[in-house]
This record gives sequence, C-alpha cells and structure tokens, in this order.
Amino acid sequence: MGAGHGHSLHFHGHSPIHRLPAHVKLTTLVLFVLIVVATPRTAVPAFGAYVALLLAVAAFTTVPWTSLARRMVVEVPFVVFALLMPFVAEGPRVRVGPLHLAEAGLWGAWGLLAKGTLGVLASLIFGTTTEPRDIVRALEKLRLPQPIVQIASFMFRYLEVVTGELRRMKIARDSRGFQARSIRQWRVLAGTLGALFIRSYERGERVHLAMLSRGYAGRLPFARQLTATWGDWGRALTLPVAGIGILAAVMFA
Amino acid sequence: MHVPDGFLTAQTSLATAAVAAVGVGIALRGARRELDDRTAPLAGLVAVFVFAAQMLNFPVGAGTSGHLLGGALAAVLVGPFTATLCISVVLLVQAIAFADGGLTALGTNVTLMALVGVWVGYGMFRVARAVLPKRTASVPIAAAFGAALSVPAAAATFALLFAAGGAVPIATGKLLTAMVGWHVLIGLGEAAITFLAVGAIVATRPDLVYGAQDLRPDHADLEIRDGVVV
Repeated sequence: MGAGHGHSLHFHGHSPIHRLPAHVKLTTLVLFVLIVVATPRTAVPAFGAYVALLLAVAAFTTVPWTSLARRMVVEVPFVVFALLMPFVAEGPRVRVGPLHLAEAGLWGAWGLLAKGTLGVLASLIFGTTTEPRDIVRALEKLRLPQPIVQIASFMFRYLEVVTGELRRMKIARDSRGFQARSIRQWRVLAGTLGALFIRSYERGERVHLAMLSRGYAGRLPFARQLTATWGDWGRALTLPVAGIGILAAVMFA
Repeated sequence: MHVPDGFLTAQTSLATAAVAAVGVGIALRGARRELDDRTAPLAGLVAVFVFAAQMLNFPVGAGTSGHLLGGALAAVLVGPFTATLCISVVLLVQAIAFADGGLTALGTNVTLMALVGVWVGYGMFRVARAVLPKRTASVPIAAAFGAALSVPAAAATFALLFAAGGAVPIATGKLLTAMVGWHVLIGLGEAAITFLAVGAIVATRPDLVYGAQDLRPDHADLEIRDGVVV
C-alpha cells in the first residue's frame, strides 16, 4: 500500500497536510465542500477567494501542479453538461456575440462549473495526501458501519491485485492478436469480465477462509488507531472557518 | 455518470443523502442474508470487480468507447442487497480517494446508481425470469433486460431530481426526454455487455450466479452413501 503502487491518487510526501490525521482531513473536506455548495452562485468574489484558499493549501502539499491538473479530467463529462445549460435553460435571453443565451442558464453553468471544480480540487488535495489505509481508518474513526468500513478496506487492499489480473488478461488478448475496434469484439471483452468476476469471487472465498483460520470474528484488527490533537483540529479547521468568513463577508458586504 | 458538487441544491442533496442512508441501511441487513458471514471479503472483492469492470473500455466505433455501469450485472451476480452495498462503497471510494463524484453529491450518486440502478435492474430481471422459460439460457436474456431498463431509469431519476432541485431552471419535459433518450442508447450497450458477461459466467460457473440459484440441480451437493458391504 501507499506510494509507488499507483493504484490510488495518493502522492507520497511529508508535508503538514500529509501529516494531518485522515479523519481530521476528511471532516475538513466535507465541511469545506458544504460551504462551497451553500454559497449562492451570484457571490462571484467568494468563489475567487475559495480557489485562492485551496491553491494555498495545494501549495503546502508539495504535490506537483501537473499531477493535480492531470487528475482534474474526471470532471470533463459534467463540464459538457454545464456548457449546454445556457442553450437549454428557460427564461429571458441575452445576446453573447452571435448567440442568444438564456441568462439563467449562463448563471447556472457558471455555478455548476465553479462549485464542481472547487469540489474536485478539494477532493484531489485530500486524495493525493492521504494513504488508502488511513482513509479506511478515518472511515472507522468517523463511525461508519463496520461492514462498509470492511468492504472499503478490502477494496483498497485488492484493487491492485484485481486490476493486475485485468492487465494480464489484456496482455494475453494482445499477444493473441486481439484488437478492440468495434462492437464485434464485445463478446471477447465481456468474456474477460466474466472471467474476472469468477476469479474475484473465488478469491473472496479464499480470503474469507484464510481470515477464519486466523481467528477472524467480524472485526478487522487495526494496528494503529488514528489520533488527533487539538492542534491538528485547529490547523485543519482553519480552512472551513476561513470559508465561513468569506461567505459571511460576501453575503453581508 | 457521477454527479459532482453543486449540481443539485443543498436541500435536494440532503434529501437524497437521507434516502441513500436508509437504502444502504436496509442493504446492510439484507446482504447478511445473501452472503452470511462471508459478507466483508466477498462483497469487498465484488466491489473491486465492479470498480475494475468500469475500467474496461468497450469500443463503440468512430474512436469512442464506453464502459459498463454494472448495477444490474452486480445485482444478478451477487443479489440486490449485496450489489447495493458494493456499488455504494465503490461510489464512496471513488468520491474520497479518486475525486470522482462530489462528496456532497454522494447521496445522490448512491440513490441513482446503487438504489435505482440496482433495484430497477434486479426487479426487471425478476419480471423477465418469471416470463421466460425456466432454463439457464434465460438468465443472460433477463439480465440484459434488467440492464437495458436500469440505465434510463437512473437517468430519468436524475432528470426529475434536477427538475425539482437542480441549480438551473430547465423545462422538465425537455430534460427528461433528452436524458432518457440518450440513456436508452447507453442502456442498450449496457444490456449487450451484461448479456455477454452473464452468459460467459453461467456457461462456466452457474453456481456463482445469484439470479440462477433456483436452476441448480437438486443433487448438486455431495452426499454420503452407505458403502456396499461385501
């Protein structure tokens, strides 16, 4: 687990953001995103200030900008959806160059893009600075139901194994001259999925038996519980507190 | 199809989060019945399978490709409760570790894909199984039927949510037609992949397919017979 395996966003480092306990970071992230979503989209300066805050935090993480930028692509499908808004929304229209666009749609598109992008950036900062095993510990610390925590922990643990299996099947297909060009090749690809399911399921059964033989009784043993000092909370909560300050300043200005 | 932050108003997001929490709560109880104490490792590996399956690209033509959503497939393979749980955890992990899908929209995404996607898919699968002859060959056809309907159902739910509590005023009818129209096509792709994948699994390990449990021969279990005493 951890750095170098490349199966999650995590980017190994020792910045102050990396060192914060994961449950503190996750709480901070949720609070901050809630504030962003609750901000009215007409409060344009607030969004500028949020971006500045997040960029400042991102600078602290020592994660390269290029790696953050590359990962922003997860947002693309919804950027397309947002950009359609000015064309399809209801209400009065305004002239923008050669186009007649709906005013509400323009505001809508701006709001979707601003809030969506801030959400992705904030989540990326969390994902790049938190090790998968700490994410699982954070979920447990934040009292999510045990089965959910355990399923998530198995997910992280076997992600690399199962995607490795998928990769090997791809190599096997490629070395037999297979090329996925059109729908005609779907049968082979779906066969891969079938084989992957059978292998995953059987692995699940083997893992379960191995766990039972080592005394598993419904709870996973964690070697180290997450702990946070008041200082950790203080440092982390600066971000949402600053967010609330910005929101208040813009709303009452 | 992961809804990001800010697409729906805060109230709508809270409402879908409540729906998702209740749904996942029920799934937690139900999954225990489907998988007994093997829940954690098996559901975990099935969750990884769904996650990995979404990484496999299916060429559509003209250089584009699509991937499986997997709600109906998971429901047919491991049962609807376990599938709900697996897809919810996949969405949770995608949101917090891969920044895919907004954290405040997690409730919405779980409602759309883990509740509507899985249960419409499974419900329609059951309906098709009841109509089709009781044979192994019917299982992939029924699964494809479920998959074909589950995708537009999730899209229609999103359109209705967006109409009720979206961040932009759009004519509900227009959005609904566009979303459902487009997702009927995606649903056909989903149906084809689900049909082929379930077909491949039923052909080799029908015992692993939850939706084909009733087709198992009665004498499948090993039995101890009295030895012939000479």
